[in-house]
Amino acid sequence: MSNDLTSELQQQISEAYAQGTPLQIAGAGTKAFYGRTPHGEPLSRGAHRGRNKYSPNEHVNSAPSCTPLAEIEAELATHNQMLAFEPPHFGAGATLGGTVACGFSGPRRPYAGAARDFVLGTKILNGKGELLRFGGEVMKNVAGYDVARLMTGAMGALGVLLEVSLKVLPRPAVEVTLRKDLDESRALKAMNRWSGLPLPLSAAACDGEHMFIRLSGSTKGVKAAGQKIGGDVLAEDEQIWERLREHRHGFFESATPLWRVSVAPGTAPLALRGKSLLEWNGALRWLKSTDDATSMRTLVERHGGHATLFRGGDRDGQVFHPLPPGLMQIHENLKRAFDPACILNPGRWYTQL
Amino acid sequence: MQQSEQETIARRISREELVRELRRFLRDDAVLYAAEDTRPYECDGLSAYRRVPWLVVLPETTAQVQRIARLCFENNVPLVARGAGTGLSGGALPLENGILLNLARLSGVLEIDPLNRTARVEPGVRNLAISEAAAPQGLYYAPDPSSQIACTIGGNVAENSGGVHCLKYGLTVHNILQLKVVTIEGELLTIGSSALDSPGFDLLALMTGSEGMLGIIVEITVKLLPQPERAQVVMAAFGDVTSAGAAVAEIIGAGIIPAGLEMMDNLAIRAAEDFVHAGYPVDVAAILLCELDGTNDEVSEQILLVRDLLLQAGATEVRTARDEQERLRFWQGRKAAFPAVGRIAPDYYCMDGTIPRGRLAEVLNRIAEMSREYELPVANVFHAGDGNLHPLILYDANTPGELERTEELGGKILELCVEVGGTITGEHGVGVEKINQMCVQFNEQELQQFHALKSAFDARGLLNPGKAIPTLARCAEFGAMHVHHGKLPHPELERF
Repeated sequence: MSNDLTSELQQQISEAYAQGTPLQIAGAGTKAFYGRTPHGEPLSRGAHRGRNKYSPNEHVNSAPSCTPLAEIEAELATHNQMLAFEPPHFGAGATLGGTVACGFSGPRRPYAGAARDFVLGTKILNGKGELLRFGGEVMKNVAGYDVARLMTGAMGALGVLLEVSLKVLPRPAVEVTLRKDLDESRALKAMNRWSGLPLPLSAAACDGEHMFIRLSGSTKGVKAAGQKIGGDVLAEDEQIWERLREHRHGFFESATPLWRVSVAPGTAPLALRGKSLLEWNGALRWLKSTDDATSMRTLVERHGGHATLFRGGDRDGQVFHPLPPGLMQIHENLKRAFDPACILNPGRWYTQL
Repeated sequence: MQQSEQETIARRISREELVRELRRFLRDDAVLYAAEDTRPYECDGLSAYRRVPWLVVLPETTAQVQRIARLCFENNVPLVARGAGTGLSGGALPLENGILLNLARLSGVLEIDPLNRTARVEPGVRNLAISEAAAPQGLYYAPDPSSQIACTIGGNVAENSGGVHCLKYGLTVHNILQLKVVTIEGELLTIGSSALDSPGFDLLALMTGSEGMLGIIVEITVKLLPQPERAQVVMAAFGDVTSAGAAVAEIIGAGIIPAGLEMMDNLAIRAAEDFVHAGYPVDVAAILLCELDGTNDEVSEQILLVRDLLLQAGATEVRTARDEQERLRFWQGRKAAFPAVGRIAPDYYCMDGTIPRGRLAEVLNRIAEMSREYELPVANVFHAGDGNLHPLILYDANTPGELERTEELGGKILELCVEVGGTITGEHGVGVEKINQMCVQFNEQELQQFHALKSAFDARGLLNPGKAIPTLARCAEFGAMHVHHGKLPHPELERF
């Protein structure tokens, strides 16, 4: 399927730049819930499609931004490879562009790395409609500033992604998930203790009652590690990691605002009101809470972390953790450097970005 | 070249006045301006480029760095940060009208946190010292540039350094969590956090590899990893470079991620063998060193697989190190390869390009052709698993014209890397060395975007001016020279 919209998009952005028209960027809209309420004219990006350039021996996949994530993952699977950051889709039709723009990563993140760790290069349109390419398709590249990684998770505020090159990795030969009955506090200690030992861990979570640990690697290696850690082997059809990643786990079925709290993994349970679920050895803590944002953020900040109102709640308020003035100034300067007329997804991050 | 860019900065203070201001809060021996004191700083690891600094300042605290930056900002004085000066692209080349900020005295390991597996350190801490400090907890810092005994973590962040093990464990950018950065205005920013992410744009990635152009790094929190249970190395010999290149693709394609996968060609093998007696076969075209690490069981399984793959790819000999001593000896040869090559020629010039792994054999063969054409021997010792080449061009700076020919050949090799879909620098940075080739890799609008980005942090262009990103005027000049003469003359360079 090929539908190269580069020149149309370029024209639309150039005109919007000239007239100061705000644009809202969307792929399949599966992550429209995230960030502050979008404003502006839709950037017709519906189907910027083209050939998926996949080089299994190079461990690289380059594709236009509207390529469905599922399509890429299916193609990688035919060569027994994967996107090691295990991106959540959050709905059918999720695109590569949306995935990289949001920068979400799944259960393997603490061990394999985040979305940005796998971004090798991007082709973008900046806020003036200039077509620019940063990074490339090779594993190591330090020529110029790392704009390709800067684009990851920037939610389109610095440029419209047209093409993304990702590093891919081989799928582990074997994966086993273990379950142990442990509460949050004991699970935090256990997960972080195991993570400090040379074991083939690839995910760790706690739902408040059970700790889940995934081991990935060779048959023998996984078996030996499993004996060391102990616990019940979870049946594959439980799909625990997929349910956690896609927020299909029972915990997420709720109308209560969902907070994403990010702290150092070993941080003891936080005194926050609401039900919580831990991922990433405790570095990622989901919290269902109607508590006041300011008091919650003050507490999280004391632990060196930050809190995002992930789903629900007031989408016109401070969805993201406020930045200190010095950092906010840099953000505003960067925004102007890439998008001088402030037309790309304005206000999606903060009112002034 | 830098002169023209420096001249645009109108300093508003004399050196005497600045020294007086600096000595209000710095010890006398922390402000150096006499030629005999500043000469040791005239170059970094790329010694072909030298310039005696105007002023060298050695702060001991973050607060001092902030005051120095503020003084520079208020008086329009350019500032170049320097770690151990082991960089290979001239990124820490000093200025004739600015401060060289030596961060070596900020050298404290502030905290090792075994539960969260992190280390908080100052920029002047040596790379290897982090792993040494973490070793009692069974942890280590993974990126291991070959200069790791001497190079500092601050410099590693500024250059996004790699190393032998980054094939499996990533570059500096993949292994840091938080930076404390002093802006040119003297403000202290915290970028990243002790968590795995932070709100806003990914400034942590942006700062990494920014070559001192955006801010001064004064504290780094790095990720630590558990020391692997076992590491084992397999050495394979090949009768020709093409099958060695194919073997690399076979291993990676088979779904194995070795901890390191290095290649040396015949010239490098012989030099290394003469120097350290690593036990390499000297009559082969190339050897591969493949290190596997992990749990005992994993390593045993993978060694068998790798041995088979190497033999299938045409290896004439495959040897697994019998014990830890032999493993270290195999690596010693690889690690000593650069100095070993230094023994067989008066001078050598180390290049650093990355290419798609599948093009290894083709590129090595074309480098060999160019080497014959330029009548300059080229030894290859490199990170084959990443496709990161380090061709070493052997020359004699005392032979008139040979450095110029070397630089021209080097430039050609980098342009070949871009041509096959690669990059002009995999891990050494652009610095002053590859600034012309940036014009080949990026177009005018991309370079302008880089300059705009730089202005977001340093609008007056006081941080490390003249490095990393060429001006458009420079590219125009280079392009003209390039097309009309096919030469990179560098008339502005002093020759040593």
